[in-house]
Amino acid sequence: MSVWEILADALRNAIGPGAAAYALASIGLNVHYGYTGLINFGQAGYMMLGAYGVAITVSSGGSLWMGLLVAVGLSILFSLLLGIPTLRLRGDYLAICTIAAAEILRLLFRSDVAAPVTNGVNGIQRFADGFYAFNPIPRGYYGVGVLRWNESTLWVMAWAWALVVGGSLLVLGVMRSPWGRLVTSIREDEFVARSMGKNVFGVKLQSLLIGGLFGSAGGVVLALSQQAVSTEAFMPEVTFFAYAALMLGGVGRIWGPALGAVVFWFVLSAFDSVLRSGVESGVIPPDLMNDADVGVMRFMLVGLGLLALVAFLPKGILGTMRRSRT
Amino acid sequence: MPVGQLTGTAAGPATQRLRRPSGGLLTAVAIVVAVMIAALVAAGAGALLQALVDGLRLGLVIALAAIGLSLIFSTTGLVNFAHGSLVTLGAVLALYLNTMENGPHLNLYLAALIAVCLGGVVAGLAEVSVFGPMRRANLPHLSLLVATIGLDMFGRNTILYFVGSRPRPFSAYQVQERLQFGSVSIAPRDLVMMGLAVAVLVGVALMLQLTTLGRAVRAVADNAPLAEASGISTRVVYIAVWVIGGALAALGGIFQGMSEQVSWNGGFLLLLLMFAAVIVGGIGTAYGAMAGGILIGIVTQVSTLLIPSQLKTAVAMLVLIIALLLRPQGLFGRKVRVG
Repeated sequence: MSVWEILADALRNAIGPGAAAYALASIGLNVHYGYTGLINFGQAGYMMLGAYGVAITVSSGGSLWMGLLVAVGLSILFSLLLGIPTLRLRGDYLAICTIAAAEILRLLFRSDVAAPVTNGVNGIQRFADGFYAFNPIPRGYYGVGVLRWNESTLWVMAWAWALVVGGSLLVLGVMRSPWGRLVTSIREDEFVARSMGKNVFGVKLQSLLIGGLFGSAGGVVLALSQQAVSTEAFMPEVTFFAYAALMLGGVGRIWGPALGAVVFWFVLSAFDSVLRSGVESGVIPPDLMNDADVGVMRFMLVGLGLLALVAFLPKGILGTMRRSRT
Repeated sequence: MPVGQLTGTAAGPATQRLRRPSGGLLTAVAIVVAVMIAALVAAGAGALLQALVDGLRLGLVIALAAIGLSLIFSTTGLVNFAHGSLVTLGAVLALYLNTMENGPHLNLYLAALIAVCLGGVVAGLAEVSVFGPMRRANLPHLSLLVATIGLDMFGRNTILYFVGSRPRPFSAYQVQERLQFGSVSIAPRDLVMMGLAVAVLVGVALMLQLTTLGRAVRAVADNAPLAEASGISTRVVYIAVWVIGGALAALGGIFQGMSEQVSWNGGFLLLLLMFAAVIVGGIGTAYGAMAGGILIGIVTQVSTLLIPSQLKTAVAMLVLIIALLLRPQGLFGRKVRVG
């Protein structure tokens, strides 16, 4: 692959439906972490509930709308289950319980016990026809140059990015309301908020619910765009990708998650393509790395990237830009 | 972040003041007895005894690995999400020294000893090079949590890159005839392992109780500014708890690998059980982590008599949530107002 092809491919991925799904998950984490100061390491669990909520409902005969309702219901249930025991305690408890709950939920979904409902390790396919049946875009390819998509992908992308923009504007509105000022005060010092007579626990639970719904929305987008769900797509790493996107874009900034997701996917897929073409052309010797190792390398890169972001760019791109302007 | 720091020390208080843990013990006993009676009815006495022994084995592994998590939390206030990587690292290093094709094929005990030391060194390096500087740069507490997650993801996948995804056993221990005691059978390697684990746990307790370092650790856990004012170097204590925690995590990983197999993801799965153990035992109390580990090990193992064993970890999660609802400070924690 030439440099031009790699960059074009990376750009395609950066504005594709996958990036939009991660942007939605990151918006949720921004509500939790950026505005309220809650650490949710289980966003992958919320995404999985959203994706499976739709997939299971539709494939067992329900409509797409019913599937969306089930996804919302599961997400709220998950928030209550995690939030009620932990949100009165230090923030660490929520972090521990969310990461554990998300991973255990994933193991449960792929176990034989749940297989009659979730189809175990095989996952569920063919549930998205209802969504694509509404597609008003005529068949064909659209776009300029290498940035071309077929009508189905465009249909998902339109919805996904509309959700991202709509969600970001919603967060903007909510954070400028009295409720938004309250969650920010909880982030800065929850004892002050409590001494002013505010119901800190209740507000934190509301924030957990709202951010979790964004996570589930990301999962629904992912499921509809791939027209398949499997538990492999919701490994704990998914949550950390969403964190990396958030930290890259800017924690506690309205457009941070969206920008971060785009930049994150651009960097990640460029890195992937460079390694892959290195392996294919033999520049990277095969005993050093094979095709399967490329996927592992990407996780290593994101892990190191998270460390570096925390250490060197804690406010992300947008936060740092704003600071330098003042 | 002065308030955060105050709550940090208040919620991770010390470990070792003698206090009556009656309420905690009652809760624990109630949970255990309920599960046992159900298992006894469902599966009979022989199966229950066997599950108890297996559970004790798992519990000792969890306890070993979880002490470090608890010590690091009680002194530095940081929940180390990278602890699972330290567990896997120990197992994988021992595997490399013991059986891997290009390794030196050492005796398992020697390999384990070296791996434990290296585990301690790597954990110490993480504190010296990453978390120490971040703490001194006054980064928010939550950012440090994200940093530990990043480190864990890097560590876990680096191990995957070098070892591959196939689980492997240690060389000396692939097949062993099990010893029979009545209806209970146990492999000799597990018996050795459990004996060693108990010895190490007692050793750690004695170290915390009697040595200068142990007293310093407890002092910092109780009140870091006061400890510093009275001449204890918190920096040294922080490095020491990381080294001790890393070494114990490595040992836990090796023991886990001895009775099952060594896999790149084993530490992460154990981490979820370790979290359950430290919270049930009381986050920030070393003895709580030991008791919680054994409790979680036994409850999850006995539960396999009642429900499919694939749901074993889900049971640990259930215990965790029940414990948080009933007794959030843990079995041995001091009741403090948090949040």
